[in-house]
Amino acid sequence: MIAVRNKLKISNALFMIVIVLFVFIVLGILLTVVLNSFSKGWYSGLLPKVFTAEWYKYAGQEHKIPRLIGVTFLVAIADVLIGLLISFPAAYALARAEFKGKALLLSLFLLPMIVPPMAYGIPLAMLCYKFHLAGRVIGTIVVNLVPIVPFMILVLMPFIEQVGTNLESAAKMLGAKRGTIFAKVLIPLTTPGLLTAGILSLVKSISLFDLTYLIAGENSQTIVVALFTDAYAAGARPPQATDALAVIYFAIAMTCLLVSLRFVSPTQMVFKVK
Amino acid sequence: MKGRSRNGALLLLIPAIVFLVLLFIYPFGYGLYTSLTKADGSFTFANYIRFFTNERDLRTIGVTLGIAVPVTLLAVGIAVPLCYHMRRGVPGEKIISFFFIVPVTLGTVLISEGMLTFMGPNGWLNQLIMALHLAQKPVQFTHNYAGVAISVGLQGFPYAFLMLLGYISGINPDLEKASQMLGANKWQTFWKVLFPLMVPGIAISFCLNFVMAFSVYPSAVLLGQPSGPQRVIALAAYQWAFEKFNFNAASAISMIMAAIELLVIAVVLAWRSKLYKGASIVGKG
Repeated sequence: MIAVRNKLKISNALFMIVIVLFVFIVLGILLTVVLNSFSKGWYSGLLPKVFTAEWYKYAGQEHKIPRLIGVTFLVAIADVLIGLLISFPAAYALARAEFKGKALLLSLFLLPMIVPPMAYGIPLAMLCYKFHLAGRVIGTIVVNLVPIVPFMILVLMPFIEQVGTNLESAAKMLGAKRGTIFAKVLIPLTTPGLLTAGILSLVKSISLFDLTYLIAGENSQTIVVALFTDAYAAGARPPQATDALAVIYFAIAMTCLLVSLRFVSPTQMVFKVK
Repeated sequence: MKGRSRNGALLLLIPAIVFLVLLFIYPFGYGLYTSLTKADGSFTFANYIRFFTNERDLRTIGVTLGIAVPVTLLAVGIAVPLCYHMRRGVPGEKIISFFFIVPVTLGTVLISEGMLTFMGPNGWLNQLIMALHLAQKPVQFTHNYAGVAISVGLQGFPYAFLMLLGYISGINPDLEKASQMLGANKWQTFWKVLFPLMVPGIAISFCLNFVMAFSVYPSAVLLGQPSGPQRVIALAAYQWAFEKFNFNAASAISMIMAAIELLVIAVVLAWRSKLYKGASIVGKG
């Protein structure tokens, strides 16, 4: 009995160590980014000695910050709306209909999730340059649909499966047309699913990096890409200015995350495959 | 009637199929075609031969696997016991999950950028290590293998954790009780009952983690030595495409990346079907 209790204690202690270490690192990273962006000459010591807001001014001179924020949100919202238009009908068909090749089709839809973005991203970027989509906001919107749509289909399917077919059959019997059934029965019943898929994709698309990085130019890039370019060219500008941009990105992503957690649970941020 | 509804369903799939063909299958096919041609369009294997005979390019495979495999194994290896511990909930679970979801939402770029300061020679982490007298001089966490591995792990571990937590808390607790009633101890219950039921979840989270770690790009550039020891395969592809403007060579590397990726996934899924055999359908609570 005592041995069992000791074992439990050890597993509890290990559990606490992992959690504390992880939280310490995550909090540490976030806090140093924020503090550094407001600091002057913080080379040693626990806290900066002089605080300043000048790096934000600096970052604002280097980038058109309003434009960056605007593009980031425009891309995210456009991708969510277009993504839902494509994936809701598809998720409905995949959840309801039985047809030959369904399993194959489903795995084809999931393929963009298991092939790394850098692998299909380079040919995709080449095509974007060929068709003059690169460097334009519309191009950024189009390429980011690739990871969003499969994710949405996966999130939506279980929600549609949950809605019984009875209500649809009843509506059909009462003479409703297919379009009416969709608009008056199915969409209201699957609103939680649409909301979940939309919110999760919105949060996800703000941090999408690879594909935007490959095709975006000065005026069609999102904050996260600008942030990477700044951090990559370290030395060209003070690190505090990069951190100032990081804080702006952090604030946006965190706000979206906190709002989204009112509607979805953290485990839904990663998808489940049966 | 049945035929009509089936056609209707297929109609609904059209937008998604158009999307898939235009934005995924066509680019992928185009990449395959480009990788097998010269700049003038004639057929050649030269792009692949160049990759496999160029030592500097070829070693990127080893470098990338050397980061992706240990980090993924470690992430899943820590996540499994952690989720097992949390399977029936622990106090503060909401806050814990929140801290796990934060790095997932913020993405690699911010994490890597922040690590440069936090884990730098004068950063808080090294200040703490020095204060606790764990090391004589600051430990180097940035611009080396450790930096890349930590950054990839910080990203991958929460992913594995959240995915497995959903999986493991879905296993019917009656199975565990039954096993204990039949005289199995905790260890036996875990290995003989719970673990086999978790195998599909472990396989999936391993695959997805591996995909993320294998296409590591921003963290290798920001936290490694991208010109030397941490020149990952994604970086090689990027350099061929956008620095040397040789899209044929870049496409070949893209195809090789995808092939390695799918190979690893095939191995994991084979492992899964060997161990699993459909047991957890009854186990799902």
